[in-house]
Amino acid sequence: MLFKRREFLQTSAMATTSMLLPKFLKSLNNTGSLVPKGNKVLVVVQFSGGNDGLNTIIPVRNDIYFRERPSIGIKKSDALSLTDDASIHPSLPYFKTLHDEGCLSIMNSVGYPEPDRSHFRSMDIWQSASRSDQYLSDGWLGRFLDNVCHDCDNPTQALEIDDILSLALKGKDRKGIAFKDPRNLFNGSNVRYFKDLSHDHDHSNETVEYLYKTLADTLSSAEYIYDKSRIYSSNVSYPSTDLGRKFKTISSLILSDINTKVYYVSLGSFDTHVGQPQKQANLFTQLNDAVKSFTADLKNAGRFDDVLLMTFSEFGRRVKQNASNGTDHGSGNNMFFISGGLKKKGLLNELPDLSDLDKGDLKYKVDFKNVYATVLNKWLNANDKNILGGSFNLLDFI
Amino acid sequence: MDNRLKIQHLLWRAGFGPKHINSFQLKNSTVKETLNNIFSATQKPVKKFNVAKNLVAEYFSNESNLEYINKKAKQNRGEINSIKMQMRQASKEDLKTLNNLWVNEMINSDDQLREKMSLFWHGHFACRLPAGYYQQELLNIIRQNALGNFGDLLIAVSKSPAMLSFLNNDKNRKKSPNENFAREVMELFTMGRGHYSETDVKEAARAFTGWSVNPLLEFDVREFLHDNGEKKFLGHTGNLSGDDVLNILLQQKQTAKFITEKIYRYFVNEKINDERIKFLSEKFYNSNYNISGLMMEIFSSEWFYDQENIGVKIKSPVELIAGIRRMMPLTPRSESAQIIFQKILGQVLFFPPNVAGWPGGTNWIDSSTLMARLQVPRVWAGKEILKLIPKGDDDVDMGKEERRKVNKGDVKRAGDSEIEWDKVYAIFEKVNREDLADAISSSFLQVPLSFSKDILNKYTDSQSRQNFISSSIIQIMSTPEYQVC
Repeated sequence: MLFKRREFLQTSAMATTSMLLPKFLKSLNNTGSLVPKGNKVLVVVQFSGGNDGLNTIIPVRNDIYFRERPSIGIKKSDALSLTDDASIHPSLPYFKTLHDEGCLSIMNSVGYPEPDRSHFRSMDIWQSASRSDQYLSDGWLGRFLDNVCHDCDNPTQALEIDDILSLALKGKDRKGIAFKDPRNLFNGSNVRYFKDLSHDHDHSNETVEYLYKTLADTLSSAEYIYDKSRIYSSNVSYPSTDLGRKFKTISSLILSDINTKVYYVSLGSFDTHVGQPQKQANLFTQLNDAVKSFTADLKNAGRFDDVLLMTFSEFGRRVKQNASNGTDHGSGNNMFFISGGLKKKGLLNELPDLSDLDKGDLKYKVDFKNVYATVLNKWLNANDKNILGGSFNLLDFI
Repeated sequence: MDNRLKIQHLLWRAGFGPKHINSFQLKNSTVKETLNNIFSATQKPVKKFNVAKNLVAEYFSNESNLEYINKKAKQNRGEINSIKMQMRQASKEDLKTLNNLWVNEMINSDDQLREKMSLFWHGHFACRLPAGYYQQELLNIIRQNALGNFGDLLIAVSKSPAMLSFLNNDKNRKKSPNENFAREVMELFTMGRGHYSETDVKEAARAFTGWSVNPLLEFDVREFLHDNGEKKFLGHTGNLSGDDVLNILLQQKQTAKFITEKIYRYFVNEKINDERIKFLSEKFYNSNYNISGLMMEIFSSEWFYDQENIGVKIKSPVELIAGIRRMMPLTPRSESAQIIFQKILGQVLFFPPNVAGWPGGTNWIDSSTLMARLQVPRVWAGKEILKLIPKGDDDVDMGKEERRKVNKGDVKRAGDSEIEWDKVYAIFEKVNREDLADAISSSFLQVPLSFSKDILNKYTDSQSRQNFISSSIIQIMSTPEYQVC
């Protein structure tokens, strides 16, 4: 938790120099070159609220599916076909394109033992990568930061595009940075005062020193992120949705030479107890359009092979629909993986078995921690065992 | 050491910091006098919160015979379920109201130690359940027993419908035991990890089988679900009941040690001093878990006022908010909007992250929460508009988009409040102009300002004495130094 005084002085000295550098010098620094190929980046998209996986990847030839979902089941003729048995939600046409191009894979029945059906708790479990009877106060990507970033110049290895930082990005020693628009953090009305404070201070109290270190890191990171975000100007147009803007920010950073390895973004709420068809379709349209622009940007810049986009949700939903044209909380769900650099494409495993349920819910077949271990080890080149506190078999989709 | 600093230390740790009206007289007071005031205020009767209604009990108002009620409850299940649904739907508003009422107690009550201690227990007996009535009753138990006997508190909390349903003991039955409740009672409420075996957890779970809630939403042991067989628990053998298990846990010295250590970390210093813990926990155990006695022991000891214990704790968001409002008397135009600050800073009353409570310390701090903390005083003073949107809570929103939209309105209104600056100016009435900056920083801070006064002067408004006072206060509260106590 504590940091060495020397390290702190370095950071604040660095912040100082970068703040005092005239604009033209800084931009000269930054326009050196774009990142060479091979620098892997992970983008995590969180579906908040519990996305209904069964209406996302639809088992279009399964009688049980249509029997349990008489009014909200999606017919084969309406869905977009991926294989003989599986189709994708009609609002995700670009995902079908990606699938057909070999740039999308789907893992079915992902979950964890003893699933919890409270949104918050289950999200906690996914974000911290804990067991369901274990309470961790740090997240899996935060521990990734602890692992790879103990001496980083800029603690910007993991960024969340939001106002508030999620548990997933909080480590024991290091924490990711959350911001919606880099300019906001940079242009805050009292920022001059904070900058003055963080330059001119002297104290012996460890706790206060920790806070000043965080302040200095935040200000220098804000400036660093803001500078990087202005390097690349995309000619791809993004949808004017919240998610579209967030993806535009992410691509502008990926295509700069920023040191960020992980981006985190949320979409929701997928908590479709009532009137599911309309709500899920709206959210998927936002997702589809944002991912389409994002992918185009990456392809234009020749970086699509280096970026892995992964989606997850805290749980899936019940197989049987409820009386309000919706579904209630369930377990077991699918995850999307999108990249130009996938080793295995399409459906990675079988569709869920609807005749073998756990009190009406899908049984999980793949522990999400196997997915995390795979991504940490094979994509981010990190020590998965250390970060996840145990050994999980690696999968072969990347 | 400065007498004022010591008194303020006590006021921050045993409560939510100094209050504007008393703050100037502090230097003429003594620690002993302040301590006496704090403890005599705890003698007052505690008023229960009564916001959320038990509509099911109202439905059965004419009956007292439980057997009859149980029968009727079965017959009229549909009707009762719809009453329960009504209660669930009222929960969101009830929890907001309770939140504000409690924060107002923290700000205004003389019984500061009770509210502070209750906030501690609220995190210790953490219960995240979007059920207004249950949460209200649990908070009433906690505030009632906060300074009493820990055994009474433990037993009452363990029998609260809130905790029983949050930890799934309503699903703990002879035929299919659910260990969740038993495990957390041992791991988090009493002994802590590493002092019992998995067998002890299983056996304790058997003893708690049948502990549930009756149709009036009160604690009830459902005998037909209870396992009456022999259990072996921490060296005791017999047909143990849930009460027996709790009493055996209270007999363990480790329980006294675990609780004392947690109290020490919360009220004194995150860095433990083993000798002191040993001394305090033995006294606590021998006093049969007298909480008030333990707190008196801590606050009246000399080491509590050692430099190493002053200004080393990061205020929790609720402490920060209550602390600001005790010194800067303000009336928010929207009470519910106040909760936005708790959301953004990461501590919403009644919504701990999980049964382990808020982890505290540096866990409160990341780049967003720190910048937001530094913004709060300016937002309240109307110098800045809050732009941060808190994350939604799907357990509360239930997928209803309109609930999220309300959130955005609340953010805009969050800082909308009227500050009674006159009361603040009065604090510094007798201070010379050239001493003002020092007087303000020593009233508001527990550590010296670590930057030069020139910087402060650069960002304060010296046009008039009053402007200088108000702008200095706001800038001093917008510092890392103000985050600690």
